[in-house]
Amino acid sequence: MVDKVEFELVSPEKLLVSQPVFMVVVPSADGMLGVLPDHAPMIVTIKPGVIDVYDNDMTTISRRIFVAGGFCEVTGRRVTVLAEEAGDVDTLRGLDRAALESALQAARAEADAAQSETERKAAEQKAAVAQAKLDLQGTVLH
Amino acid sequence: MPSLKDIRNRIASVKSTQKITSALKLVAASKLRRAQEQVEAGRPYAERMGRMLGSLAANVAAGAGGPRLMAGTGSDKVHLLVVMTADRGLAGGFNSSIVRATKRSIVQLQGEGKTVKLLTVGRKGRDVLRREFPTLIVASFEEVGKRRLSFADADRVATKILEMFEAGEFDVATMIFNKFKSAITQVVTHQQIVPFAAPEAQAAASTEAKPVYEFEPSEESILADLLPRNLAVQIYSALLDSAASFFGAQMTAMDNATRNAGDMIKKLTLVYNRTRQASITKELIEIISGAEAV
Repeated sequence: MVDKVEFELVSPEKLLVSQPVFMVVVPSADGMLGVLPDHAPMIVTIKPGVIDVYDNDMTTISRRIFVAGGFCEVTGRRVTVLAEEAGDVDTLRGLDRAALESALQAARAEADAAQSETERKAAEQKAAVAQAKLDLQGTVLH
Repeated sequence: MPSLKDIRNRIASVKSTQKITSALKLVAASKLRRAQEQVEAGRPYAERMGRMLGSLAANVAAGAGGPRLMAGTGSDKVHLLVVMTADRGLAGGFNSSIVRATKRSIVQLQGEGKTVKLLTVGRKGRDVLRREFPTLIVASFEEVGKRRLSFADADRVATKILEMFEAGEFDVATMIFNKFKSAITQVVTHQQIVPFAAPEAQAAASTEAKPVYEFEPSEESILADLLPRNLAVQIYSALLDSAASFFGAQMTAMDNATRNAGDMIKKLTLVYNRTRQASITKELIEIISGAEAV
């Protein structure tokens, strides 16, 4: 039996995923981070993007989950992702492209017009999420 | 002596009140169940967030001058009280106990020569506090989680608090809310949220196999991201607690009201029957004495 690592995806509202997997690839702030069992302990921030879950073997992605940013804690046995917003990629692709584009525009305008630092950061975060969702629309998966 | 008709009317009105209170009780009971489930579901995130913060704080706290959300502004002149009540009443002492605790805090803080500002969540608290301290309320939120409390609601409150903190409008923030203990007991709780006290006890307790973490990008920047998020999480769990407490309190209050209405109906029915018998007896006497007189 090959080693597996426990993958947990938690949103503030509930525990979304908890299962043993071969590998997960999380979109960390400094680039994609692949986690295998016995990975060195880390804490990283996550940018809006897609988590790839490999739970059957090392070569096929069994599940792709979109996250809108958050944090990831890696210990040898476990990968815990604290996500702000999460959903399967497939459901996202059904979204309306035009709506996403206008959301992106709105968020950018909001960032420009922001009065305070906190407001600007929140708007930029919104823009990044919309951008990541848009990027997903263009890609062909599997 | 009220007439028979008056008593009949009163019985009818108490009966309809009883129907309403018992229906409200059932509604509160089912909402309480849902609120409790939400509290349960929110626990894993808060737990893991606490764990992460613990290990981060252990690394960063060594060097003084950490992020301001944790280290504070260096003074404690201006206090912000975040008061969580409900939008509705009919829940016994739920809202009034929070308001009472808030008033006590205000008086105490002002007695110490400090400035107090209020941020209210929920209409009931705002209404009462506005009457007594019209100048203290700086912001208020209403209809938070009217249909179903979501994290976005908590995030809105947290963003407002952070904005005020960035602008230097307060030094210390404390939440006052009802902590859910059981369906019949709520505990009024004061919890300081800014500056955030690192869960050191927790960090110390989990030293068994404490891994040495690597941080990416860096401890400071992760902490700077994590702390505002943690504020939102704490507010979220307080709001959930408050919601669960509210339904618990409402259920108890409505249960009492239903029982009281039952007692009232029993008493009124007794009076009604006595009065009815008395009037029948009186009529009989009149008929008999009329017949004898002939």
